[in-house]
Amino acid sequence: MYAQMVKSTGKGVQALEDMSPQDRAFQERIDRGEKIEPKDWMPDAYRKNLIRQIGQHAHSEIVGQLPEGNWITRAPTLERKANLLAKVQDEAGHGLYLYCAAETLGVSRDELFEMLHCGKMKYSSIFNYPTLTWADMGAVGWLVDGAAIMNQVPLQRTSYGPYARAMVRICKEESFHQRQGYHIMIKMAKEGTADQKRMAQDAFNRFWYPALMMFGPSDKDSVHSAQSMAWKIKMNTNDELRQKFVDETVPQAKFLSLTVPDERLMFNEETGHYDYSEPDWNEFMDVISGNGPCNTDRLEARKKAWREGSWVREGMMAHADKKAQCKIAAE
Amino acid sequence: MSEQTNHLFEFLLRQGDNALVLGHRTSQWCGVGPALEEDIALANTALDLIGQTQLWLGYAAEVEGNNRSANDLAFLRDAYDFRNILMMEVPNEDFGRTLMRQFMFDTYQVPWLTELQNSSNERVAAIAAKSVKEARYHLERSRETVIALGDGTEESNSRMQNALDYLWPYCGEIFGADEVDHAMSEQGVAPVPSTLKGTWRACVERALSEAFLVIPNSEFAHSGGRTGFRHTEHLGHMLATMQTLQRSYPGAEW
Repeated sequence: MYAQMVKSTGKGVQALEDMSPQDRAFQERIDRGEKIEPKDWMPDAYRKNLIRQIGQHAHSEIVGQLPEGNWITRAPTLERKANLLAKVQDEAGHGLYLYCAAETLGVSRDELFEMLHCGKMKYSSIFNYPTLTWADMGAVGWLVDGAAIMNQVPLQRTSYGPYARAMVRICKEESFHQRQGYHIMIKMAKEGTADQKRMAQDAFNRFWYPALMMFGPSDKDSVHSAQSMAWKIKMNTNDELRQKFVDETVPQAKFLSLTVPDERLMFNEETGHYDYSEPDWNEFMDVISGNGPCNTDRLEARKKAWREGSWVREGMMAHADKKAQCKIAAE
Repeated sequence: MSEQTNHLFEFLLRQGDNALVLGHRTSQWCGVGPALEEDIALANTALDLIGQTQLWLGYAAEVEGNNRSANDLAFLRDAYDFRNILMMEVPNEDFGRTLMRQFMFDTYQVPWLTELQNSSNERVAAIAAKSVKEARYHLERSRETVIALGDGTEESNSRMQNALDYLWPYCGEIFGADEVDHAMSEQGVAPVPSTLKGTWRACVERALSEAFLVIPNSEFAHSGGRTGFRHTEHLGHMLATMQTLQRSYPGAEW
């Protein structure tokens, strides 16, 4: 999931006995592990939360095409070019499934785009960081897709059926992307020239903390999680997932002979986990509120593509309408 | 290299460079297409073309026998060694020009690759057999899109007409008949491209009339791409971008 900071509309989690009979029956279905399907009754707040979360996830996929798309024309070999292009194409595909999943909740893709373009809906802050060298294609695949998988795997069991099913397919592709990214890092950091090693370390330095931020604020500061967890829209806390990510990633970095840019990083024998430094949450808030390195450019790129594509969409629709009318006339 | 080998090498570069340059141009749409479905479809086309590039240039490198790979040919040649037709390298401009170019090319590629399946050269025949399936699908899609947008709205019609007017003088170069073409024909490797002009023209006319688009009344044709004599200014910029890593870090592996 790329949906940190999804604001919950609930006012905190109600106890079962305080719920209306309808709400209670709904919560009990979720507690039994049943899937909620589009035609089922659901509380308005559940619907709204899901639209926000799925919409934000979908937007993240299509905005996420941009930082990697930035290197398609500069990929160093034909194989790398094809792999990267296929990967970025997959992101577009993920966007498509997720917009379709959101549509089952009664919101159209055009409405969601509109909300993205006017700033009413967000996308993951990670895509507001620039991709500066080819090593960033490795770092993004390895770390960003890696963090996304960590978030997304549990969502395959999320309570809303269409979302859970979309996640199954997305997760398969994401884990392929992560391997592809890691392979770029192996070529550069482990087997590469001095220049390539420098590029790899530089990319790692720039993406480490932003990747940690992808899990959202610390649990103690995350006010929106409880209701989403009760509804099984969200399955684990931010800190649990972040710790899991650090524990898995640090040995991978060691294998690559890369240095984690955190002097305090240390394995804690007692807990069996790595202790690590928190990312700079002020930077996170800046990026979320629009002041990341690429916020303006990313959103403008999306708006420009939408604006410049309007004649195509209108032309296609007009043609389809004319054809439909001819068919009616012929019958 | 013997003259015969050299002709085959030139012929293979023409095939490979068309795919490489058009694939590159098409890949520039990834992430900024007019709709998600189009974004995905354009990426598919680009991926097919990159795959074809690997086959054609891979074989070209073998024929050359100079220890070069498909990647060396793609990333370490200068503009005057490229053999794509000029139409492939002109900028995308808008979705209209991109799809019109694709249509013009696909309308040629389908009969061309169909013929190449009967090539006396088994490798050429095999590459053509694989590529023609992709080309048929590309043609189906580019033809439908050109017709839809020509028919669609006043604006989409006028954009498609502009695209056609711009690209028309670049179409003629497809139908060459030079020394390399004749040598290939004599060896049974490939027909002379000019012999396909009639088929191509008939298909183009049919689609464009359905699209309410008017073919410019001119037979003038730019040339210089497939011989490498004089490319457009655009190719140098494209290669500067495409080749940057291989040029900046000689010998590095990626």
